[in-house]
Amino acid sequence: MAEEKKQEFWRWTESNWKNPDIDWKDAKIITAGIDVGSVSSQAVIMADGQIYAYGNMRTGSDSPNSATNALKFALETTDISEDRIDYCIGTGYGRVNVPFADRSITEIACHARGANFIYGNEVRTVLDVGGQDIKAIQCDKKGKVTNFLMNDKCAAGTGRGMEVFSDLLGVPINEVGDRSFEFEGDEPQAVSSTCVVYAKSEATGLLRKGWTKEQVLAAYCKAMAERIYSLIERVGVNPGFAVTGGMAKNRGVMDRVMPMVGLERMQTKWDTQIAGAAGAALFGYTLCQKGKGRKK
Amino acid sequence: MITSGIDCGAKNTKTIILKDGKIIGKGTALTGFDQEKAVQESLEAAVKSAGISRDDIEKIFGTGSGKDAIKMADETVNDIKSMTKGINFFFPNARTVADVGAEEGRAAKIDEKGMPVDFAINEKCAAGAGAFIEAMSRALETPLEEMGQLALSSDKEIPMNAQCAIFAESEVVGLIHAKTEKKDISKAIHDSMASRIVSMIRRIGVNEDVGMIGGVAYNPGFVEAMKRELKLEKIHIPDDPEFGTAAGAAALASEAR
Amino acid sequence: MLANYGYKDASGDFFITIDTDKCDGCGDCVPACKADIFATVDEDPNDPMRDEPVAIVADEKKKKLKYECNPCKPDSNRAELPCVKACKTDAISHSW
Repeated sequence: MAEEKKQEFWRWTESNWKNPDIDWKDAKIITAGIDVGSVSSQAVIMADGQIYAYGNMRTGSDSPNSATNALKFALETTDISEDRIDYCIGTGYGRVNVPFADRSITEIACHARGANFIYGNEVRTVLDVGGQDIKAIQCDKKGKVTNFLMNDKCAAGTGRGMEVFSDLLGVPINEVGDRSFEFEGDEPQAVSSTCVVYAKSEATGLLRKGWTKEQVLAAYCKAMAERIYSLIERVGVNPGFAVTGGMAKNRGVMDRVMPMVGLERMQTKWDTQIAGAAGAALFGYTLCQKGKGRKK
Repeated sequence: MITSGIDCGAKNTKTIILKDGKIIGKGTALTGFDQEKAVQESLEAAVKSAGISRDDIEKIFGTGSGKDAIKMADETVNDIKSMTKGINFFFPNARTVADVGAEEGRAAKIDEKGMPVDFAINEKCAAGAGAFIEAMSRALETPLEEMGQLALSSDKEIPMNAQCAIFAESEVVGLIHAKTEKKDISKAIHDSMASRIVSMIRRIGVNEDVGMIGGVAYNPGFVEAMKRELKLEKIHIPDDPEFGTAAGAAALASEAR
Repeated sequence: MLANYGYKDASGDFFITIDTDKCDGCGDCVPACKADIFATVDEDPNDPMRDEPVAIVADEKKKKLKYECNPCKPDSNRAELPCVKACKTDAISHSW
C-alpha cells in the first residue's frame, strides 16, 4: 500500500455491506434512506423494512454529490439498480442536499425511528453525537419522538471538536479512546474551557507543563463528556438508553458519559452511524404501505 | 502625578504610563504562559519608553483577566470599569463602548464621568472575540494583519451560517472549494463577527457617541462592518485601541486618593 | 412532543420549547414576536405522521436565540414575554 505523504489523523474507515440473507427480488417495497451529514454520509436500502444494504462514507467537500455517492457506495456490492427503489427519503444536516429524494424528514425523527430499529423497541432515550451536532431524543416504543434537543451551534462535544484535538495531539482518531485511559495515577481534571478553541490553548499550556498526550486527551474527553451530559440532562434520561452517531465509537468520551447517565448502554450488532439513514428508509416504507408514497 | 495601568490580557499584557493626564509611556509583552513575567516585561518596556525610572510611578492599578498576576499593583480594578474609564479618557462624549479583545468581547453603557451604567459580556466563546478572526485567517491562509484590508476590497454580502469558530472554519473551507473569492470570504467573516458584537451591544442600548477599544479595533474590515451593522457614520477609536483598558486603569489610579 | 429549539455554548443555555401536543398550529405566536422567531408549517418536520399544522422556531434563528430574544429580556423589570402571552394553549416556554 502506498505511503501517505502527510498522515491525516482524523480519517476514520469507510465501509459498505450487503445482507447475504435477503434477495431483493423477493421484496414488495424497496426504500432508500440517505443521511447526508456535515462529516459523514450514509445510505441504507431496505427491502420490506429489513436492511438489505448500506454504505457509510466521509461527506467530503463535495456536498451536493454526497447523496449520490453514498447511494452508489451502498449499491456497490449489490446487483440492484437505482430505479428499482420505490421511495427515497433524505435526511441529515444537509437533508436539502438529497436532490433526488422524494421527501425530506428531519434527522431527529429519523434517528429515533432508526434507533428503534437497530436497538429494538425498548429504546427510550437516544443520544446521537455526530460530526457537527449533538442530539438528545426521547421516544416511545414505536420510535416516535416525545422530547428532543439538538445542539449544532457549538463544537464542544461534537465529532469536529474531537477531530481538532486528534490533530493537535497527533493521535489518530481511532486511537483516541484507548489512549485517553493510558496514564498513571488519578484521572486528570477536565480542561476548564468548554470552548474548543480555548481548550486548545489550554492543552498547549498543559503539554508545556509536562502533561503527557494521554493525560491531555483524558482531560479533554472529560470536558466533552460533561458538555454532552448537560444536554442529555435537559431532555431527561429513561432506561433503554442507546447511543448512535460516530462518537458512539469513541470510548474516551462514552466511557466518561455513561457513569454520569447511570445506566447501561444498549447494544446492537449494527453500525451505529447508520441509524439516521435506517430511520429514513423505514419512514419511506411506512409511507408507502399507507399509500402516502407519492413519487416526486 | 505619574500613574500606571497594567492590563494583563489573554494574548497581550499592555501598560500605560500617565503623567498629569497625558500618556508618556506605552509597553506591551506577549502574555504567553507566564503571566507574571509578561507583566514585568510590559511594565519595564513602558517605563523605558517614558524615559522615567520605575520609582517615579506613584500608583499602579492592575486589570484584565490576569490581574491577579500583577503583583506590584496597588489595587486591581475590574475590566468593565477600566474599559469605560479608558474610552472616557480618549473621548469624553462616548456613552457606549465596545471592547473586543483576543478572548472576550465586552460592551458598556457609560455616564458622563466614565462610569459604567450597564454592561454585557461575550465570554468563554471564541465566536465573540478576536480568536474568531484569528482562526478564520488560518483557514483562509491569510496573515491576520491583512484580513481587514482584504475584506474592505469586497462589496458582496455572503451570510455565514456557523456561529462557532470551529464550524466557521469548515464553512470557510467549503466556500473556498466553491471557488468563492478570498476577499468576499474575508468580508463575510468580518460581517459575521460584527453581527454578534452588535447584538451584544444592543442588549445595553446604542447611545452616541459610540467608542471602541481592544486589539480587534485595529482591524479596518471589522470597524467598517461594525459601522454598517450599527448604521453609524462614525465610531470613535483611539490611536492605539489595545491600550484603551490600560489607559483606563491608569486614569483610575490618578483619581484614587 | 417537546421540541427544544436553541443551543448551549460556553456562555449558557438558550432554548425555546414548543410543546407540540398542546400546539394546534394557530399561528398567534408569529406576529407576537418582533424578532420573527416563530413560523407555522403544515408538515411537522419532526413528526411525519402529524396531520395538523404546528409552530416551529425558524431555522435561521435557532443558533442566535440569545441575541434575537434580547429586546424582550432586559436585565431588570422583565414583562411577560409576548410569545408566551399570545399562546392560548400555553405551548411555549423559555429556558432563560
